[in-house]
Amino acid sequence: MSEYQFNFKPFAEMTDADYAEVGFRSGLEIHQQLLTEKKLFCRCPAGRYSDKYDAEILRHMRPTLSELGEYDGTALMEFKTKKEIIYRINRETVCTYEMDDTPPFMIDEHALDIALGVAMLYGLYLVDELHIARKQYLDGSIPTGFQRTTIVGVNGWIPYKDRRITIIQLGLEEDACREVSDVGHRRTYLTDRLGMPLIETVTGPDMRTPQEVAEVAQICRRLVRSTGDVRTGIGAAREDVNVSVRGGTRVEIKGVPRIPRIPLLTYHEAMRQWNLLRLRDELHGRGVMPETFKAETEDVTRLLQKTSYQPIRDALDSGLVAGCVVLHGFRDLLNWQTQPNTRFSREISDRVRVVACLTKLPNIVHSDSSSETLSSAEWLAVRKAVKATEDDTLVLVWGGREDVKTGTQEIAIRAREAATGIPSETRQALRDGTNGFERILPGPDRMYPDTDLPPKQVTEERLETIRRRLPAPIWTRESWYREIGVPADIVEPLAASRLAGLFEVLVKDWKISPVAASAALVQFRKRLKKKGLDVRRLDEDSLRWIFALFRDKKISRDGVLAFMETVSRGGPLPQAGEIRPASEVEVYAQVQASSAALRSIKIHNPDKKAHALMGLVMTALRGRVEGASIVERVRVAAEEKC
Amino acid sequence: MAGDDSYKGYRGEALAVLKSFGAMVWSDVEIKTSRGAYTGIILPRSETADPHHVVIKLRSGYNIGLLARSIEAVAITGRKEAHYKIPEKEFPFDPGKPKVKLLGTGGTIASRLDYRTGAVIPAFSPGELYGSVPELADICNLETEKLFGVFSENMGPEQYIATAKAIGREIEKGVQGVVIGHGTDTMHHTSAILSFMVQDSPVPIVMVGSQRSSDRPSSDAALNLMHSVKTAAESDIAEVMICMFGPTSDTYGLLHRGTRVRKMHSSYRSTFRTIGDIPIAMVSRDKITPLRQDYKRRRADRSVKIDTSFEERVSIVYYYPNMKPDIIDSLIDNGYRGIVIAGTGLGHVNKPLYPALARCREKGIAVYMTVQTLWGYVQMYVYDTGRDMMELGVIPAANMLPEVAYVKLAWALGRTTDLEEVRKIMLTPIAGEITEREPSNGYLIFQGGIPEVEEFISTIKK
Repeated sequence: MSEYQFNFKPFAEMTDADYAEVGFRSGLEIHQQLLTEKKLFCRCPAGRYSDKYDAEILRHMRPTLSELGEYDGTALMEFKTKKEIIYRINRETVCTYEMDDTPPFMIDEHALDIALGVAMLYGLYLVDELHIARKQYLDGSIPTGFQRTTIVGVNGWIPYKDRRITIIQLGLEEDACREVSDVGHRRTYLTDRLGMPLIETVTGPDMRTPQEVAEVAQICRRLVRSTGDVRTGIGAAREDVNVSVRGGTRVEIKGVPRIPRIPLLTYHEAMRQWNLLRLRDELHGRGVMPETFKAETEDVTRLLQKTSYQPIRDALDSGLVAGCVVLHGFRDLLNWQTQPNTRFSREISDRVRVVACLTKLPNIVHSDSSSETLSSAEWLAVRKAVKATEDDTLVLVWGGREDVKTGTQEIAIRAREAATGIPSETRQALRDGTNGFERILPGPDRMYPDTDLPPKQVTEERLETIRRRLPAPIWTRESWYREIGVPADIVEPLAASRLAGLFEVLVKDWKISPVAASAALVQFRKRLKKKGLDVRRLDEDSLRWIFALFRDKKISRDGVLAFMETVSRGGPLPQAGEIRPASEVEVYAQVQASSAALRSIKIHNPDKKAHALMGLVMTALRGRVEGASIVERVRVAAEEKC
Repeated sequence: MAGDDSYKGYRGEALAVLKSFGAMVWSDVEIKTSRGAYTGIILPRSETADPHHVVIKLRSGYNIGLLARSIEAVAITGRKEAHYKIPEKEFPFDPGKPKVKLLGTGGTIASRLDYRTGAVIPAFSPGELYGSVPELADICNLETEKLFGVFSENMGPEQYIATAKAIGREIEKGVQGVVIGHGTDTMHHTSAILSFMVQDSPVPIVMVGSQRSSDRPSSDAALNLMHSVKTAAESDIAEVMICMFGPTSDTYGLLHRGTRVRKMHSSYRSTFRTIGDIPIAMVSRDKITPLRQDYKRRRADRSVKIDTSFEERVSIVYYYPNMKPDIIDSLIDNGYRGIVIAGTGLGHVNKPLYPALARCREKGIAVYMTVQTLWGYVQMYVYDTGRDMMELGVIPAANMLPEVAYVKLAWALGRTTDLEEVRKIMLTPIAGEITEREPSNGYLIFQGGIPEVEEFISTIKK
């Protein structure tokens, strides 16, 4: 009993010691799409999304045996659900490969280069010969029923706080479909994202608090972004988060789209597991063990023919049936809290929804419930018919005969699991930070070699080419940035920037001050972007051109910004030879001219006059003079002309 | 030899390295190489893969290859051998259900994966099939017999004859239907020859295969098996048919007449199409829907005509512009007795071939003309070229498909050496290989891009 005494506090009040108390452990599986022109195993264009489609096809999925002769648990669950899968197909983005009507083409070489590069940044041991595997997904999210995937490297690490976070492996794989809907026995997918190359980075279960999980996710995100070879934007990076507590089981929260959502999600999952362990203790205390667990099922359609409870009434009126499961010794336990505002009954309802395809909610009612469902007389009648005692809980489920059969079985299965502990599950992240059942967690039994593609050798020459153009890992660069005095708030964005390589050249080879260079590459860029300008025009060549003028003292820092703005606006730039610093005479003449111009402008606040004049002068001189050096002169001129 | 299996599939450099560490396949190992350290189980290697790498299965289930010469140390920590077995359950017997015989010739209809070679091995016993496709027991009492295990490209006269004889035996024993598992590549050759070798069958003879092996969750094998077994057990169509997917979707199969069908796509599920006519019927898990009425009906008797004649020295010549007569001459010089030409358009070849065709006539070689357009009839009167060729003894074979004409000519020449008799056999339809008329819906190629076709495929799942 004593082992699970601890009670979860509100999220904000949980301390590191509290997480240590419950034995919180978490690891990440980070999915990141790669910036390639084509998809991974066919020649369809990558990264084009549209809800429009030209055709639909229908498929079913059947489980098959793994290479080691085992059926996978998830596979069997999905088979029980008997879903019709509909794929929507847009011929611009999908070919017969994604439809599983054409064998794969050779792996996209660019995607492989990017994956190998990232694997090097993580310090992974690289694989000499790639073996393409088929990872089964029977939910239909991939028409083949499996994802083609390959391991590129294993056993690396990243520095975090005073320790190392293990990187177990990095895989290169094809992305899956986007789900459109899942109602009853029909699930619909859009196929545009299918086949996009992505890398999956798996960390060890090394994070000890929800905040740590998010921080490590951020490091990994910045690391991959620093290559400039990954996609950004909605859905381009998605995290699966594994969570367990002491005495618990690994549970995967799937597809978290934003890192800031991770802490609350992992906190709630740890709470759920902890509360399920407490529930197990309670059951054992009542003598309900996995081996003594008892549940019976009865058809109660006739008994409830006249019920006024609307959901059952509607079902029976349209010729459907109702079943009742008696859970012996479960009295009140379906009200056991698992997550905030979430009870154990929800775990059962989720299973019934997913496995028996009874998707219209509510899909169960139970005798522990305090809300109005059946009348007391009806509960009594049911209780009598199924010979239940006061100590038992009754769970009702209704729908088509086959679905009710699956549903009642599933209710008993989930209830029995409560006496064992926490089932290994994949759970979906919900908006409010809690999570719901998605499917049974698949194991290594779902891996098969892909017989359509031969193994591929990764040569030393190839690795050498990739290594030569790879940036140093962000943590190495970040500590160097701090050393040379890059402003603290610029360190991280600079490390993740595609321009980090240029920064190194500017500082090391051109001897430009780290402050000036980093401010221009990060802050100026940000400022121009805020103005709504197209900063993508600021490629490395144009930046080099601008910084060369700065290095040769032909323009000031303000000049750098001015030219960056010109480039973002699409030019035109003057000939570099025509640009030289403004002479004394030029500055004098410009101040005079601008002062005259200022007179025609009405400025109410006299303090603003110097500022306005400065603006006019600097614009006219296009940054060919350092602003600070003429401030005094401008101030005097502004006062004179009052 | 046990010694060989210890390093299954490894050779050369990789074999030598594994031997030097005593690391046999299935060993649980920690391997240190110049690139890093790796933990997993040593897997057997595909025999066709290079001799430089060692394959291990990581704990996560993934396989990776390590360069053998970079291996510095191997620590063996255990052993885990895989036993791959399809769950075998006894096929239930129901006295109320019809008896169906499944004859296996090879191919990937019901198969499992061989981790050594990466190839698929057929699952075939009734118990294995029941373990994989339990729905079959709702349809019939199934018996199976493996005739041989060959890929369909290796099917030939020996297999045709053995299959025809096996069908004859089963019919005499009183089965309600025969299903033949076959690789898809040459299934239409086999369906054609069986249509001639097995005549007037009282029961359905259904050929079936799969385009996606059954080790894939999205395989068409299970549904094709259900469709074909249902057809054999329940349909009243007593002909040789091919039963494969109608559309690419898991919705229904089509029953194609064995002499009018052809594999038309190298990888699509719905690869088989009836050419120049419409299929006999549609079959789903619930019902069989005939599309026409002119098929031979099921009978209660057990009589069937089996004629396994086959002359092997027959060839198909696929004509191309600028073909030289030496192609035909070489067939003549090699003793061929029959040639089927797939000619252009209505059935034409160029003039330079004429002397070679004249030689054929002199040597008593039967020459038949078919069309490489596949759809449509040979018509040799329209142009002079055609009339010239008929003068040279080339016989138009109406709308017989080239492959069908090929097997029929082999069968006819096997029965007689009298060319006039051969001509009579060739031009008298036996199993729908020549039709008197082509219906307007017998030539439909849905051409993508056209608005009405686009509307059709966007609303009807294809």
